[in-house]
Amino acid sequence: MTRAWGWLRYHAVSIWAALAIAYLLIPIALIAVFSFNDPEGKFNYTWSGFTTKYWGDAFAIPDLNDAFLTSLRLAALATIIATILGTMIAIALVRHQFHGRRAANFLIVIPMATPEVVIGASLLSMFLIYGISLGFFSLLLAHVMFSISFVVIVVRSRLIGFDRRLEEAARDLGATPLTTFRTVTLPLLTPGLVGAALLAFALSIDDFVISNFTSGTTVTFPLYIFGAAQRGIPVQVYVIATMLFVVTVAAMVFVTWQQRRAEKMAEVRADDDETGLSALASGKEPISPAGSAA
Amino acid sequence: MSLRGITKRFGEFTAVDDIDLDIKEGEFFTLLGPSGCGKTTTLRMIAGFEEPNAGQILVAGSDVAGLPAHKRPTNTVFQSYALFPHLTVRDNVAYGLKRKRVGKDEISKRVDEELQRVGLAAEANRKPNQLSGGQQQRVALARAVVNLPKVLLLDEPLGALDLKLRKGLQLELKRIQQEIGITFVYVTHDQEEALTMSDRIAVMNRGIVEQVAEPVEVYERPATTFVAGFIGVSNLMPGVVRSLSGDKAEVELEAGVTVSAEANGLATGEQCHAVVRPEKLFVAKKGEVAPQQGADAQSVDGVVASSVYLGTATQLVVELRGGSRMTVLCPNTDESERQSLPGGGAEVSLSWTPEHIHLVRESDSERATADHEALGMDRSAAA
Repeated sequence: MTRAWGWLRYHAVSIWAALAIAYLLIPIALIAVFSFNDPEGKFNYTWSGFTTKYWGDAFAIPDLNDAFLTSLRLAALATIIATILGTMIAIALVRHQFHGRRAANFLIVIPMATPEVVIGASLLSMFLIYGISLGFFSLLLAHVMFSISFVVIVVRSRLIGFDRRLEEAARDLGATPLTTFRTVTLPLLTPGLVGAALLAFALSIDDFVISNFTSGTTVTFPLYIFGAAQRGIPVQVYVIATMLFVVTVAAMVFVTWQQRRAEKMAEVRADDDETGLSALASGKEPISPAGSAA
Repeated sequence: MSLRGITKRFGEFTAVDDIDLDIKEGEFFTLLGPSGCGKTTTLRMIAGFEEPNAGQILVAGSDVAGLPAHKRPTNTVFQSYALFPHLTVRDNVAYGLKRKRVGKDEISKRVDEELQRVGLAAEANRKPNQLSGGQQQRVALARAVVNLPKVLLLDEPLGALDLKLRKGLQLELKRIQQEIGITFVYVTHDQEEALTMSDRIAVMNRGIVEQVAEPVEVYERPATTFVAGFIGVSNLMPGVVRSLSGDKAEVELEAGVTVSAEANGLATGEQCHAVVRPEKLFVAKKGEVAPQQGADAQSVDGVVASSVYLGTATQLVVELRGGSRMTVLCPNTDESERQSLPGGGAEVSLSWTPEHIHLVRESDSERATADHEALGMDRSAAA
């Protein structure tokens, strides 16, 4: 009895962690599992047999395909525009002194804190007031608008940690400001930009609330699912959702790996005295150039 | 290369105050001074990272003061190396040549040569973070030198390395400079480094150049009290010039003796300090003169305040009348001699050969500080 109690106490943290992770992941796993279900009725809510037939014809429903393609196109365009604009805003906020910079730094996070319903409703009335017809274009405007803040936040934090002496070194070696940006600043910002872009993409592709207000007759993937839920969600939705999930996870792993690599590279600073010391201690440091050249 | 009346202010603070320097072609020229003396700011103005508020920067006869950094015929080795982490060693070194649109074959030839010179040919395809600190420093040097700049600027390039490595690289830098014959402007706060490597040294303090001279000159005949104190141990004896005869001055020291030394442009009645370097002082019992000394030796009495064993030498600190403290280095060549050295509290006589005493003025910059502090105190008293 006491031994069991001791075992529990010793592993308490692991057990809690396992429970928490299960709580987070079971719903997602369920979607993947039910994409292999063979439902008897219209509703895919109870397990009634294993099949791969819906994976075989994942794209058999034209409306679903259209909605999915619309979402992909929308997310891709919104991501490109938001990443470019957001990066420019971040550079202005970090690198330049101008009137209202502090205010801008604060205001840029407000769209993140505002409830989506509020943004959606106000965007809808704005589009109506200015006579912008609802459809793909109004959706694009809305998606760029709400994802830009996230891009700014991510890129800004990378810029703050940026070693500006690298840019001085480039200029010193004869690079014009534009060449410096292209050959030094941009390559070193890339991991941050990729992270920001993925975030913008993820936000756009699964947005429902704001899209619902601003879509007009255009149907995106989340809007299709919501509509379909009334009459019974086809299994293909589970299949496509699982595909999307796998791609997203792969992209996240890629970004994390990229960022780790960038951080490792950024460790090349004069202040890591250890490098020199440890090299010296292990006798690797060639004091005479002739020795190592030979 | 010449600087004419260069001044740089940051708001209220004057970092560099109207300095003039002439640097000869092919010279190893060092800007030496404590942190905040304006040496790095001066270097950054030559490189084009800071714009001077006034003055001219002449490189090979033309004023470059208005040019942006990428149009100047100078290259810099940064203290932090500032190597591009996303490029290989080879691409780092080739960066400047690519900007100049040098042909591909020539780039690869010159980069190979340069990597060979600094002993990193085998590391050409590595990234900077795979190299040790000393190797990174060499890449930074190669990256600048490969462009054959008119002037190479070095901002404490060895500052981040440990002592042993630094010594090796000092000699290597000097060798490379002699081999390629480019003018080096080297910034450091390490007096020993400056003395070992430089052809000439400019000692800076509070934005002012205190002295420009060869290393031997700076050490043996410092121009001001600041130079005397910054290079080596500050062995100063305050005094007043009593009379002049030819180029000799009779100076009455606060310690109670009158000595004769080169006047160095001092006037009668002027306050000054006499400097004698620690290794040129000899110590003996009070009333005696050290046996090594000739008949013309000058001497002064004092009391031993402390005695420290340093291995190769024993360091005595002797307090003179008037409170000035003199450091004496007695080489430990003979054990019985070392054991007979006077201990703390002993009354002794310090002596030196007349050619080793040197008169200096109080530094303008140090007087300015004193004035400034006095002013600050007045102000706080008024408030």
